[in-house]
Amino acid sequence: MSELTRRTAADLAQLLSSGEVSAVEVTQAHLDRITEVDAGVHSFLHVATESALADAAAVDAARAAGENLGPLAGVPIAVKDVMTTQGLPTTAGSKMLEGWVPPYDATVVRKLRESRLVMLGKTNMDEFAMGSSTEHSAYGPTRNPWDLNRIPGGSGGGSAAALAAFEAPLATGTDTGGSIRQPASVTGTVGVKPTYGAVSRYGLIAMASSLDQGGPCARTVLDAALLHEVMAGHDPLDSTSLTDGYPDVVAAARAGAKDGIAGLKIGVIRELHGGEGGYQAGVLARFDESLALLTKAGAEIVEVSCPSFTAALPAYYLIMPSEASSNLAKFDAMRYGLRVGPQGVEGPSAEQVMAATRAAGFGDEVKRRIILGTYALSSGYYDAYYGSAQKVRTLIQRDFAAAFAQADVLVSPTAPTTAFALGAKLDDPLSMYLQDVATIPANLAGIPGMSLPSGLADEDGLPAGIQLLAPAQADDRLYRVGAALESLLVESWGGQILDKAPVLDAKTLEAIR
Amino acid sequence: MPAISRDEVAHLAGLARIEMSPDELDRMAGQLDVILGAVAQVREVAGDDVPATSHPMPLVNVTRPDVPRPGLSAEQALAGAPAQQEQRFRVPRILEED
Repeated sequence: MSELTRRTAADLAQLLSSGEVSAVEVTQAHLDRITEVDAGVHSFLHVATESALADAAAVDAARAAGENLGPLAGVPIAVKDVMTTQGLPTTAGSKMLEGWVPPYDATVVRKLRESRLVMLGKTNMDEFAMGSSTEHSAYGPTRNPWDLNRIPGGSGGGSAAALAAFEAPLATGTDTGGSIRQPASVTGTVGVKPTYGAVSRYGLIAMASSLDQGGPCARTVLDAALLHEVMAGHDPLDSTSLTDGYPDVVAAARAGAKDGIAGLKIGVIRELHGGEGGYQAGVLARFDESLALLTKAGAEIVEVSCPSFTAALPAYYLIMPSEASSNLAKFDAMRYGLRVGPQGVEGPSAEQVMAATRAAGFGDEVKRRIILGTYALSSGYYDAYYGSAQKVRTLIQRDFAAAFAQADVLVSPTAPTTAFALGAKLDDPLSMYLQDVATIPANLAGIPGMSLPSGLADEDGLPAGIQLLAPAQADDRLYRVGAALESLLVESWGGQILDKAPVLDAKTLEAIR
Repeated sequence: MPAISRDEVAHLAGLARIEMSPDELDRMAGQLDVILGAVAQVREVAGDDVPATSHPMPLVNVTRPDVPRPGLSAEQALAGAPAQQEQRFRVPRILEED
């Protein structure tokens, strides 16, 4: 493995701008790494070898010509397959879109291209972003680089695993109920769900439109900030895109690492700290250690209560499928995607073709959520289920408002457990849903959240994550506190957490084939 | 008593236009019953005095000046079509010839 693949995006950007390495060298190093390990890890659904090298060569030429390039120009990035990419396949992990090559870029992708990042390819994900383990991908699961028999989280497991396996220094994600933060937690990486509306959803294949949010995935807080800055910004093509309130997250990350967090009030959410939710002892131990480090650095820890959070998971699992059932209605076999004729039917009706196509094109989890959403929205149940869930949303927003009156940021463990074994929860949807118990409230309220590694759990030696939450449009607070905590933790570990990950060698990779 | 019966799931699958085998219906009914049992608590949490929130941010209608601008070319728009004819999407006939 080339040492270039172990560098952070910030380091690579510096090496590139000083001319010490070329974008082609950096890109080739990552493509080589993908060739070396991806048959075992399966982070990627599509590797864009040719276009990546061509884009990298163009960056080198532009730099040689003295063009003024963005700070991340020439740095490679992996893109979650839920984002449309002109000229590159986009499937959202579903058979429904197999072989589709979009004729346009998502706004986020356009911004990556304009900033001259080099797209390495498209990363694996749970089908239409539905799942917490990447086992619901129609193209087979991604494996966790820390232990290839375990899940990398979901739905953005491919992006998180690509970072942890040193296949890419940066990746994109989308977070509807935790799909950026939970994979970050179980792979020892950093993931941020920005404020709702801060990153355009144009060209992001929708699951639940009032919850979906694109965001950055990285190995350090500063790298996440650098990518966040590229991805965020108002977009006239997205009617829910924020028009203002884009704080300088890069400056915040740099200030946090340098100035620390003395005087800051940090609220521990009582409802997300032990008790209910099946929190693993090692996850809680690492969380408490992080709190102790923050206290020592001069932050004040207060306990806050958010009593409605106990209803967040149930509310989410009504609102999300309701919106998903509506968003996925476009896959009707007529306008879009796969088309399958029903078996043994002469001259089938449009309805029969649609039913047969959706049966063949959607996986179990997607069908489950469409049926659940259809039920929650159906006449007679609408008020009891969907209407009540929307009221819970109000209560959760009120809880957050009260908590942020007492603290600058809120914290909790990101996921209740470390990575579980592949297959362990596949037939038990409810237990899979519990993975998102701590991340979901932020999506219901639209506030930003970050997960960063808090250490390794004693029981299994696997990464655990700590989640930071801030008020809407105060994303910079996450980066300030996150960078400060990260430098305290890295100092206490004597190095980056991923340096402790097992080496992926030919033997371990061969064993799982 | 289950919150949702196999017949109801079959009805919902029809509404959602998803063909399901008898096995699939059995499995789905069992799983949905467990899930609905767990999510039913939302009905007890909020009273009539709590307004519903459908979206995390206040939505306003967004309009732009009605000025023509370039979109996809016909070739780009048709690039992903499984079948095309005379610069149009070709789809299966669903109406009888009259």
